[in-house]
Amino acid sequence: MDLLFQNKKISGVLTILPEREILFEDEMSNYNFTAAKSLKLKMAMGYNKHRIVEEGVCVSDICCHGLNYLFEHDKLKKNEIDALILITQSPDYFMPPTSNIIQGILGLKKDMICIDINQGCAGFVLGLVQAFMFLDQPSINKVVLLNADVLSRKVSKRDRNSNPLIGDGASITIVERSDESQNIYGNIWMDGTRADALMIPAGGFREPATNETAILKEDENGNFRSREDLIMKGDEVFNFVQQEVPPMIEALLDKASVSKDAVDYYMFHQPNRFMLHKLADKLNVPHEKMPSNVVENFGNASGVSIPTNITFNLGEKLCTEKKLLCFSGFGVGLTWGSLLMNVGKLNFCELINY
Amino acid sequence: MKEKIISILNDLRPEFDFNEPFDFIKEGMLDSFDIINLVNELDSTFDISIDGIDVLPENFSSVDAIIKLLAKNGVE
Repeated sequence: MDLLFQNKKISGVLTILPEREILFEDEMSNYNFTAAKSLKLKMAMGYNKHRIVEEGVCVSDICCHGLNYLFEHDKLKKNEIDALILITQSPDYFMPPTSNIIQGILGLKKDMICIDINQGCAGFVLGLVQAFMFLDQPSINKVVLLNADVLSRKVSKRDRNSNPLIGDGASITIVERSDESQNIYGNIWMDGTRADALMIPAGGFREPATNETAILKEDENGNFRSREDLIMKGDEVFNFVQQEVPPMIEALLDKASVSKDAVDYYMFHQPNRFMLHKLADKLNVPHEKMPSNVVENFGNASGVSIPTNITFNLGEKLCTEKKLLCFSGFGVGLTWGSLLMNVGKLNFCELINY
Repeated sequence: MKEKIISILNDLRPEFDFNEPFDFIKEGMLDSFDIINLVNELDSTFDISIDGIDVLPENFSSVDAIIKLLAKNGVE
């Protein structure tokens, strides 16, 4: 589905990552593989270290920490927030929405919208789309988009498929109306027939958590996980991304009549370095225009990976300059989407610790 | 080229004999992570970039399959 927006802008991005850093080597003994083989995997995929929350830390804790930081540093005012969108797959509770919890903790005004959306790696793109749509309402002037996940709590430490790459964290993106009438082009695709490629099977209403669903079982590749843990069919996800993302980006640029060279940076979701390099090669985009260093430094925190990519790689630059950015997220659902927009002269673009 | 491919495979999984006409995937000689390492090695050895859509187990099931994939990428 093609999308088009006007008079909208991002005015600030903050990424909040847990202070606790775990090295790949520290966890190698958890995996049922030789150290030599694990180290080869580390090199190929770009695994190095990842940020993981301390036990018991929830999404609302990290989001409130970040929002309080913005309030305390006069980068955001409480009464300006007309909508709070939280994209997460790890809410504090089944009910109520975690965005309402955050609203209550921070004492935000009642004349506002709070909404949770269950999305993952495409969550930054989907969240911006939702924010742009809210901003078409005359009474909504400023939207706070929160992307946050603590999925390490739902990943088996003995699963070499998922554990080395998982990361926790949150991001806060301020989205508001712009006087500039520049077009923002986008597209979104979904395919629920492949929903089991990324899944936590047990713990919801379809398969409630029991003693049986908590038992770790070995898969055909020597990984141990329970049905309450994240299951990622890595091969299927890789093939899905390589099949679907390049034509989507080609179509987006074609629709916008923008050449590949004219895009300053391709800020993509980062599952691993290998996947990003293959996408860049397929699109004939120089690797330096498509940063791939988020997983090796912080891990992959689903919808937080693009904002982390922005703050870590372009932080200072985007406070003084404007750049044409192509965002793309892809993952759970399956969902894949992209946006092409000018971003810059931001009020803030930084990364802090929780 | 065949010798070079077998040498890369032997470095990757020294416990197996890649000269034998086994199906490397069905016999469990290469798993999905081996394939990623293999693609990286082939890319750098032959100065190519194997298309992501070709990173499928069947393209790495035998030396002949790998030769065919390299030929598709212009390696003679």
